[in-house]
Amino acid sequence: MNPQAILASVAVLGGVGLTFGTLIAIANKKLFVWEDPRIDELTDILPGANCGACGFAGCRAFAEAAIDGAVAPAGCTVMGEAELEDVAAMLGVAAGEADKVVARLLCAGGTDVAPRKALYDGIESCAAAVAVSGGGKACAWGCVGLADCAVACTFDAIRMNEADLPVVIPDRCTACNDCVEACPLDLFVLLPMDHKLIVQCRNLLEGDAATDVCAVACNACGRCAQDAPEVVRMSDGLAVVDYDRIELADPTAAARCPTGAIRWVEGAQRFEVELTAAGSLTG
Amino acid sequence: MLGSSTFRHGVHPPESKHLTEKVRVRRMPFPDEIVLPLRQHAGKPARLLVKAGDRVERGDKVAEADGFVSVPIHASAAGTVKDIRLCPHPDGSMAESVVIAVDRFSPQVPRPRIVPRWEGLSPKQVVEEVQKAGVVGLGGAAFPTHVKLLPPDDMPVHTLIINGAECEPYLTTDHRTMVEYPARVQFGIRIMMKALGVDKAVIGVEKNKPDAISRLQDTLPDDLDVSVLPLTVKYPQGAEKMLIKVVTGREVPSGKLPMHVGVVVQNVGSIACIGEIFETGYPLIERIVTVTGPGVRRPSNLLVPVGTRLRDVLEFCEGVTDEATQIVFGGPMMGAAQPDLDTPLIKGTTGVVVLTKDQARSVERYPCIHCGRCLEACPVFLNPSLLGTQAQAGRYDEMEAANLMDCMLCGCCSYVCPSHIPLSQMFALGKNMLRKRKAAA
Repeated sequence: MNPQAILASVAVLGGVGLTFGTLIAIANKKLFVWEDPRIDELTDILPGANCGACGFAGCRAFAEAAIDGAVAPAGCTVMGEAELEDVAAMLGVAAGEADKVVARLLCAGGTDVAPRKALYDGIESCAAAVAVSGGGKACAWGCVGLADCAVACTFDAIRMNEADLPVVIPDRCTACNDCVEACPLDLFVLLPMDHKLIVQCRNLLEGDAATDVCAVACNACGRCAQDAPEVVRMSDGLAVVDYDRIELADPTAAARCPTGAIRWVEGAQRFEVELTAAGSLTG
Repeated sequence: MLGSSTFRHGVHPPESKHLTEKVRVRRMPFPDEIVLPLRQHAGKPARLLVKAGDRVERGDKVAEADGFVSVPIHASAAGTVKDIRLCPHPDGSMAESVVIAVDRFSPQVPRPRIVPRWEGLSPKQVVEEVQKAGVVGLGGAAFPTHVKLLPPDDMPVHTLIINGAECEPYLTTDHRTMVEYPARVQFGIRIMMKALGVDKAVIGVEKNKPDAISRLQDTLPDDLDVSVLPLTVKYPQGAEKMLIKVVTGREVPSGKLPMHVGVVVQNVGSIACIGEIFETGYPLIERIVTVTGPGVRRPSNLLVPVGTRLRDVLEFCEGVTDEATQIVFGGPMMGAAQPDLDTPLIKGTTGVVVLTKDQARSVERYPCIHCGRCLEACPVFLNPSLLGTQAQAGRYDEMEAANLMDCMLCGCCSYVCPSHIPLSQMFALGKNMLRKRKAAA
């Protein structure tokens, strides 16, 4: 081995390393962008679920907005109260109050009240079942019950009950929108908890045609629209709640509903069939 | 003739055509009620023209074409519009439909021609009349026929291929059309060749229909270059791209149309329909449907008014047996199971197959054993095994990269899979998801 060759290669590599090192050092000074160290700190405290329920692109984007004061810490619906106080203390602002928003199911037709008209024997997925002849439920708009939403839920907030209907556990739901996107029949909506008047049906049929396929379908009788004309109106065979005027609503709107399609919902949506022991509402 | 008489890959399901292949087409009497969904064709649904209480004669328009890729819908019997309401649709949804209470015993009065005679019409006028008569592909996909008759200027068409393969098991709709109405088929070919300006037409027929082949050969015109090409019996021989490969020796490139290789393919039923409308002057209001399968008491080939309910059709065939468990619209390979007896038969319904417990039984599914049979069955040379794995993981983008969009859902992979994996359904789901994402983007 030639010692000169060793020296030469060490010198060349060392020289290259030194040159680039210097360049990087200069670039680091010249192109330096100051970033609030609190962004990293805050990102660490946030849940890190990157669920997007706050409306920002992820937890880091939310942290930046919170430090800018564009959003109150309570805008993150996933955080527990303890973390919320930590964040508020760290930023020196009030935690603020966010309306609790949860996913609501616009169907109450479990297998106990809404019969199937055909057997579905295929991939265990609502999207796949709906793609072939509607999935076999007599009501073409109703929940297929194969749990695409429960699978999509990151927070384990959706459990299937004994009638194959998904039940949302409000304490866990962060309104991240995943179930809304997963449902092939668009049966989920995000609603603030204080919007208590809910039409749990999307069946467009009227009268007996509707109740023939599901005992709890909206049969478009119009009683709710009569009792609460300022909040509920009838449209295309379905009662529609005007949520811009929800503060005018009270339980009387749902009192005379013959099928129970429109409900005054306090807390969780409870369907006639309770959850199995494995999925109690307190979870 | 170029090429061999078949394509590579494919499967050989039992043909089961013996039930109806020798049975003459019977005309079904008008039912009491007719249900005409506004969406019976690929493209935009037709726009409603009538309201409840209106009187309609047989052949009257009840809905008009909404744009270019759309066709009108005509009343298939005289009567009164009873209601416009949501009715079960063969695709499993509830669709807006015109319900007509049909006149009982009332004579079908003669009326002036709705479709004019074709002599003296320019090719452009012929195409217009085809749209006005509501003609769609009768092979199942129900794509508006006039759209195929207007190839863009940069894609010259040199050959018209008539698809009489009828490779789906059980169905004999096209078979009986060729045997009983060969003159109508030849007349339709003549009109189509003029409309398209082509001088060559080839009728492809699978060799298991020798009577159809000889009837067509006996009626070939002297003044036009029309020939009959007997094809090897194999599924899916009647798929557009497979047929083009056999007849011209050319492969339609991925994502392209038959027009890109200078070809237009029409189902033989659609051709006969075009012959019929210019012959009788009536628009498309009835079609031939095979009602068959071991679960139906009297398997038949019927001439059915469009919009007749499944219930009435089965009743006319003396009902179903106690063993019947599943009713499929179309053939058993690609057809859709029907959950409702009130579903109407529409323009694109090629057959009604009633299957029994033995055939429609539920089977245990097992994991993929990577035997590769699906690869050897796939007529478009995809890798169903890989696509199935991607579908189970919900990786639809990767499926697209693996050419999912070339899949025509023929069902060969599901048919040969020893583990009974519902591959075809997974691909239908994947294609659905990709289309949905494209629409949202």
